[in-house]
Amino acid sequence: MATRREMLQLIGGTAALTGLPGLALAAPSVELRGGERRLVFVFLRGGMDGLSAVPAYGDPQFAARRGDLAVGAPGTLGGALDLDGSFGLSPYLAEMHKLYAARELAVLHAVASPYRERSHFDAQNLLENGTAKPFGRESGWLNAALAAGAHAVSQSRGLALGQSIPLVLRGSAHVSSWSPSALPAPDADLLERLAELYRGDALLARSFAAAREAQGMLEGRDAARGMGGGPQAVVALAKAAGEILGKHDGPRVASIDFGGWDTHINQLGEYSALTRNLRLLDRSVATLKDALGTAWRQTAVLVVTEFGRTVAPNGSSGTDHGTAGAAFVAGGAVRGGRVIADWPGLGASALYEGRDLRPTLDLRSLFKAALAAQLGLSEAALESHVFPDSRAVRPLEGLFA
Amino acid sequence: MALDSVIAVNRFGLGAGPGELAAAAADPRGWLAKQAGEPAPAYLEFSKLAHSSEALKEYPRWIASLRPVRAGMQDSSSQGSRQAPRTVEETFRGHFGPIMREEIGARLAAAAATPAPFQERLVWFWANHFTVSAEKPLVFALVGSFEREAIRPQVTGRFADLLLAAARHPAMIFYLDNHRSVRQGWQPLRPARSAAFPSPTGLNENLAREILELHTLGVNGGYTQADVTEFARVLTGWTVRAQGSPGFLFDPARHEPGTRTLLGRTYAQDGVAQGEAVLRDLAAHPATALHVATKLARHFIADEPPPQAVARIARAFSDTDGDLPSVYAALLDCPEAWERPLAKLKTPIEYVVSCLRALPALRTAQPQALFFTLRGMGQRPFFAPSPQGWPDTTQAWAGADALWKRIEWSGIVAARAGSGVDPLHLASESYGDALGAATRRAIERAESRQQGLALWLASPEFQRR
Repeated sequence: MATRREMLQLIGGTAALTGLPGLALAAPSVELRGGERRLVFVFLRGGMDGLSAVPAYGDPQFAARRGDLAVGAPGTLGGALDLDGSFGLSPYLAEMHKLYAARELAVLHAVASPYRERSHFDAQNLLENGTAKPFGRESGWLNAALAAGAHAVSQSRGLALGQSIPLVLRGSAHVSSWSPSALPAPDADLLERLAELYRGDALLARSFAAAREAQGMLEGRDAARGMGGGPQAVVALAKAAGEILGKHDGPRVASIDFGGWDTHINQLGEYSALTRNLRLLDRSVATLKDALGTAWRQTAVLVVTEFGRTVAPNGSSGTDHGTAGAAFVAGGAVRGGRVIADWPGLGASALYEGRDLRPTLDLRSLFKAALAAQLGLSEAALESHVFPDSRAVRPLEGLFA
Repeated sequence: MALDSVIAVNRFGLGAGPGELAAAAADPRGWLAKQAGEPAPAYLEFSKLAHSSEALKEYPRWIASLRPVRAGMQDSSSQGSRQAPRTVEETFRGHFGPIMREEIGARLAAAAATPAPFQERLVWFWANHFTVSAEKPLVFALVGSFEREAIRPQVTGRFADLLLAAARHPAMIFYLDNHRSVRQGWQPLRPARSAAFPSPTGLNENLAREILELHTLGVNGGYTQADVTEFARVLTGWTVRAQGSPGFLFDPARHEPGTRTLLGRTYAQDGVAQGEAVLRDLAAHPATALHVATKLARHFIADEPPPQAVARIARAFSDTDGDLPSVYAALLDCPEAWERPLAKLKTPIEYVVSCLRALPALRTAQPQALFFTLRGMGQRPFFAPSPQGWPDTTQAWAGADALWKRIEWSGIVAARAGSGVDPLHLASESYGDALGAATRRAIERAESRQQGLALWLASPEFQRR
C-alpha cells in the first residue's frame, strides 16, 4: 500500500493539495487515513537492560557473559518466552509476547542513539533533541515532527502524559500535558478571568490553553479518576493515553515517561526493581491497547531507552551504564512478529569498548520510519527539521503497515 | 530600590511573608548577604526528627521482617491471585512511612516560617545538586536526615567539606550503590542471606561516575571511562555500618588496595584518605568551579545563565578555594541578578511554600495534603526522579498539566481562606508598586475576595521569580 506521502505525490504534491480544498475533497480516503494514525512514544529512563528484557539466549556466549543474570532458554524454569529461536522476551513480558505472536509487536536489538558516552542525562537529552549531540537543540524531535507535519495531517497536536512535558515533545508546536488530579476542577468563571490575565504572559497563556483542551478531552472518563504517584502511575497514564488518543477528534501523538530503569544492583528475582518495571511495562502496553479500542489498529507505540547496560554483571548482580540495547514497536500499524537485529555477537572482540553490546542500528532509523508512516512526514522534512544531518541514517523499511 | 526588594524576596527568597518585603526594603542585598554568611537558624521543627543512625538501627529489624512478606508473595502467586502482593518497596514504605511524613511536614513548616529564606533556597539548591532520592527504598528513611546532616551544616562553609559530607553520608552511599562495590576477590564474613540478595563480587561504578559528572567536574569536565573505573576502585570500602553504632564505615577488607591514577594525578594507597584526597582535588578543579557557577546562575538568574555572571561566580569559587559565602556574594554582585524580567517559574515546592508564607493560616494544613498536592504538581518532596535531581529550567515546570494543578490549588486555597484575606493587600505585600497593571486590575475586578485571591495565587507574578 502506498504511503500518504506517495499518494500526495501521485495527486500532485502537498502544497497544491492544501491550497485547494476541492482537491482535498477529491481524496477523502487519504485524508482519513493520514488523520487516523497514532504514535505513542514511551521513554524508559535510566537505561533498560536490553539483555534482560530481550535475552539473546541463542548466542553461544550469552550464558557465560551474563553469568547469574542470564535468562534461561525457553522451556527452562524461569526461562525466556521464545521469539525466533535465538532471542526471547523476559518472562515478565507475557502480554507483549502475546502481541508478538499476533504480529503486533516487533523487537529491535543492538540499537542505540548516536550517543557513545555513558551519562544518562546527556544520553536522554540527545535522544530527545534529535540532533547527534547532547544539548544540540533546546526542543525535541517529536515536537519538530508535529510542527513539520502540521499542514499535512489534520490532527497533529501532541499530548504528554504526566505532570511535565519531556524534551522530546517541547518546541514550537503546541502540545498539552495531563495527569490525574486529586483536587476539584476550578470554576468556569475563574478560568475565563485567568485566560484574560495570561494574555500578557505568552508562556502561561499557551500552557493554559493546552491544559483546558486536555481537561475537556478527559472530562468524565475513567482515567480522570484516581490519583497519580507511585510506580503504578505509569499504567494509569497508559490508560489515559489510550482514552485520549482513541477519541475521533483527539491528538494523534502522545508521550509517556517511565523512569527507574537504572538497575545497578540486584536485577534478579521476583522482587527486583527491574522485574517490577518489566511487569509494569507489560501491563502498560496491554492497558494502552485496551484503552485505544479500535484505534489500536492505526497505532504504533515506540518503546525506547537512552542506552543499554554492560553485558557482564557488575559486582552487585546489577549492570552499569552501557551502549546498545533493545527497543520495542507495538501496535496494529506495525508489521510485527519479528526480531530486527544485525546481531554483533557477544564475543570479547565483538563488544563495544570491551564491555557493552555493540550498536548496529541507529534508533533514528526507527524514529524516521515511524514518523513517515504515522505522521506522513517526507524524507526532506525528516532530514532538515526533525533529525538534522541524518541523511546517512536510512529509515527502516517495511516495519509499518 | 523598590524593585530590588521585590527581587530579593521573590527571586532569591521564598516569596514574601507578612512584613518581609518591608523588612528587606532598607537594604535588600544586605538582607540576603546576611543569610548567606550566617549559620543556619535552629529550626524547632527539626528537633524531634531522628538522626540517620536511628533509622539505620531499624534496618536489620526491617530486613528480618521481610521474610514472612516474601513467603506470602510466593503463596499468593502460586494460587494465581489477581491481587498484587506487596512489594519489598511497599513494605519498606509502610514501615518507614511515618518518618517520611514527619520529615516532609517539618521541612515545609520550617521553610514556611523561616527568617532566612535565601539560605533555605541554598539548602535546597545543594540538596538538589547532591541528590539522594526516596525513589530508592534503601534511601527512603534517610533523605531527610541527609539534608539535615550533610547539607545544612555545610551550606555556609567550604565546597570541599560539603562534597565530603555528601559523599560519606549513608544516604548517598546507598543511593548510588557504593555499599555494593568491593575489591576483586572480597569474601563476605557470612554468606548471603538469600539468592535474591547475593553478596557483591566487584566494582559498582555508580557513585564514582555521578560524583564526577554531577557533583564536581560536570559531564564535559574532561574525565574518561578509565577515570570513572579508577575512581570506583578508590571508593571501594566506603560503605555503611548498620550494626553497633550505625553510619559511614570505611571497610579496609572491601577496599581495593594500591596506587591509583586519576585525571593525571597519582594517589598512594592510604585507606579512606585516598578517597578524601581525590575528592578534595576534585573540589579544587577549575571544571568544578565552572560547573557549580553555571548551576547557581541558572538557578537564581536565568535558564540561559549570563556568561559574565558565570565567570564572576566561578572566579570567586576558584579564588577562595570554594568558600561558599564568597561564592554567594559573587552571585549577589552580578548585575544580571537584579534585572527584570523575573522570568523563571517557581518550582512546585517553591510555589507551595510561597503560598504558605503569604498565608500563615494555611500552615496548619496536614503534611499529607501538601504531599499529595506536590505530587500532583510533579514534585514530591524527597523523591527526585534521578541522581541529576529536579530540573531547573522554566520549560520543565511550565507544562499544561503543571499549570493546571497550580490553578486547582489556587482555587482550593482561596476557598479555604474565604473572605478574610484581602488579595490586593497580599499582592502589595509581595510586589509593592511593582505589581503589574493587568494583575492589579484582575484582582480589583474579581467578583469576590475569594476569587481575587485565587487570581493572585495563579497570576504570572506569583508563579514567577
